[in-house]
Amino acid sequence: MTTVAEVPAGFADKVLSAQSTFRSVMDAMARPGSVQRITVPVGTPDEMMSGTAAIALTLFDHDTPIWLDAAMSAAPVIAKWLKFHTSAPVVADSSIASFALAGDPRNLPPLDRFAFGSNEYPDRSATLILQAESLTQGPAFEMKGPGVDGTAVLQAMLQPRDLFLRLTINEALFPRGIDVVLVHDNSIVAIPRTTRLVASGA
Amino acid sequence: MNAPAYNFAYLDEQTKRMIRRAILKAIAIPGYQVPFASREMPMPYGWGTGGVQVTAAILGPQDVLKVIDQGSDDTTNAISIRKFFGKTAGVATTTSTADATVIQTRHRIPEAPLHAGQVLVYQVPIPEPLRFLEPRETETRRMHALGEYGLMHVKLYEDIARFGHIATSYAYPVKVNARYVMDPSPTPKFDNPKMDKCPALQLFGAGREKRIYAIPPHTHVVSLDFEDHPFTRYRFDAPCALCGAGNSYLDEIVTDDKGGRMFVCSDTDYCEARQMAGHRGSESAAPHEESAHG
Amino acid sequence: MYVAVKGGERAIQNAHRLLAHERRGDRDVPELSLAQIAEQLSLGIDRVMTEGSLYDRELAALAIKQARGDLIEAIFLVRAFRATLPRFGATEPVDTGAMQVRRRISSTFKDIPGGQILGPTFDYTHRLLDPQLADGFVPEQPATSEATQAATPRVTDILGRDGLIESSPAADADAPVGDLTREPLSFPAHRDLRLQNLARADEGFLLALGYSSQRGYGRNHPFAGEIRFGEVEVEFFAEDAGFAVPLGSIALTECQMVNQFKGSATEAPCFTRGYGLAFGQSERKTMSMALVDRSLRARELGDEVIAPAQDEEFVMSHSDNVQATGFVEHLKLPHYVDFQSELGLLRKLRQEFAEANEAPDMQEAAE
Repeated sequence: MTTVAEVPAGFADKVLSAQSTFRSVMDAMARPGSVQRITVPVGTPDEMMSGTAAIALTLFDHDTPIWLDAAMSAAPVIAKWLKFHTSAPVVADSSIASFALAGDPRNLPPLDRFAFGSNEYPDRSATLILQAESLTQGPAFEMKGPGVDGTAVLQAMLQPRDLFLRLTINEALFPRGIDVVLVHDNSIVAIPRTTRLVASGA
Repeated sequence: MNAPAYNFAYLDEQTKRMIRRAILKAIAIPGYQVPFASREMPMPYGWGTGGVQVTAAILGPQDVLKVIDQGSDDTTNAISIRKFFGKTAGVATTTSTADATVIQTRHRIPEAPLHAGQVLVYQVPIPEPLRFLEPRETETRRMHALGEYGLMHVKLYEDIARFGHIATSYAYPVKVNARYVMDPSPTPKFDNPKMDKCPALQLFGAGREKRIYAIPPHTHVVSLDFEDHPFTRYRFDAPCALCGAGNSYLDEIVTDDKGGRMFVCSDTDYCEARQMAGHRGSESAAPHEESAHG
Repeated sequence: MYVAVKGGERAIQNAHRLLAHERRGDRDVPELSLAQIAEQLSLGIDRVMTEGSLYDRELAALAIKQARGDLIEAIFLVRAFRATLPRFGATEPVDTGAMQVRRRISSTFKDIPGGQILGPTFDYTHRLLDPQLADGFVPEQPATSEATQAATPRVTDILGRDGLIESSPAADADAPVGDLTREPLSFPAHRDLRLQNLARADEGFLLALGYSSQRGYGRNHPFAGEIRFGEVEVEFFAEDAGFAVPLGSIALTECQMVNQFKGSATEAPCFTRGYGLAFGQSERKTMSMALVDRSLRARELGDEVIAPAQDEEFVMSHSDNVQATGFVEHLKLPHYVDFQSELGLLRKLRQEFAEANEAPDMQEAAE
């Protein structure tokens, strides 16, 4: 049995750290493709990136069912840590999750396994938090949409490799859709459902 | 008796999380009204509780807050809200549009262009642009779901048939990112073009009606109109009597009971900055003094 | 020369000082204590607790004192305080059948198990102003007798045994407890949320709606099956302990209306229910609530929806007096900017009208 002492600490200052992290996530969502940094220290399980942990502590609670991918589920400390710090229920059914955490998104299920919301309530949709190998190096992705002045270019090593191809479903579904937050260490990039890929290169 | 003790920026953390999640979905679906469990605030519904909750959910110690009502930093409700955050969050406050990181507003968009990194938080009384055409939420929600806005166009066209032009002067409906018809809050239509491709993030909070919506930066915002009756911005005949500005929104001041009128900028920060820079109108302004009268 | 209006901050401070002064009134008159308000204006306390959704007599007394007796303002104060309180969960459903009854009447049966108990009521008082009460009146001690141990089963349960009234929906222990203060309302709303809305609703609004249903705007033939007032135990299921622990008792008023129902091809005719529940002794409130609850069940029970009291969206969107008073009173806030827009538009329309008409002066004179 895990004791409280064994659970990594989370935020030192719950109130101000959550505020700071939220502003980074909000800025990321408002400026798709831009890399934002989470600057607050967070005690996190080794198996989870600090940015993912900070987002969890900021946005999750007992009203938000959480789905974990196989990589996240493989480390029981993660579910324990989430339960201890956020009280969020971890669910096996991805279609009812408010947030989905993927530690190894190579094996991400098809997007239609997650909630798209309805045309009446498109906000009742999942936000995917995908850990990435890099958000500064790798192929270039040029994108446009609300929040982007002209086009924005992101260089990243993303999994699954066809992520943007899969996300084209957002165009047909709108206003339903999936919103994505990419995380690498303490860097984050958001790809809301309105963002469209213009071009991608090596 | 339970002695009251309040959190940073008043709201408890669970409430902030709920509002923050709503804000993120609002940004992801520009112009769509996200329902949220608006809390009872220590100021009345209709007096900015939606804007206050949005501001409380985003505000941090590094922020510099500006609050305006009718364009002015000095109207009583603006003062009251600014003091509330000064007290509960200890944030720096300013009247300068350029210096502010978060601007909460009622009924105006500042004249000075906003820049990236700023957040403009609107107080919204009735968020539903279709409400006065169809009072039922179940119906208006269906119309938004289907993108079925014929009713709004019929209403605007009836104006044209009757008056020769669209007779809506404030809360003039816009279409956001070519999808959702949105109420810009009761700002004069003069301000509508400022919403289009604005570099700042625009957030809208309606407390009583329990809705949050957003316009991300650089997003297309188009005022509804017709090809043969394009949207026109209201223009004043005379410049501001204090600073001489010819392109700002003006308040009408009644100077006597014999028909005397003068027109001055509604955006007091804009007007004062211009006067400081030496601009003058037809009436020179005296130094501002606090009056003790209520 | 024009000086722009300034000085709002000092004006606000001074206005609040003046308010505090007026609240106190003549300083030669002794100040009201919270105990006096709680003990002697107790029905006002009950209303503030009910519509404020917070069971705390002392805080309600403070709110009434601070609000200078304006109950809607007091309800607002209590609500704003309540919104900041941490939440530990939902209690077990209270068992009003096990109520320590102080008053209990039925208008459907002459006598019922446990008996009719008049209790403290204005009913049958002659509404004559009583000059004795003006100063120093000491009432007689109340009459007493041995408390009876007889059970006081609910009248609707008695009807239910014979199937004469629809069964009350069984509580689903696993279903989450709806709470419109934590989840935004959407329509159509389930009955639990409707009842929560009605419990918090303005008494006057519900009274008028209930009354309108009696006068034929969506008539549903009510009988006051039972009104009971007394104390019930509140229990909270403690996860650590694994059982429900008592938290104390609260005073409640419950009204069960018994309404007509014609039945259908598939269902035998039986009576239907309207339900009202409120903190303290709140009979007018619970009776009105029960009438409106039944009216709002129109669609479910196959009544034609024709009247305001049956219109869920209309009733639920306008029942809350804190919301309503805020929005009505917000008209006091400055609207210079939108008014200026309207002025400009109106002047333009009038100018266009004048230009289009040959004799503008005649036209204006006729307006």
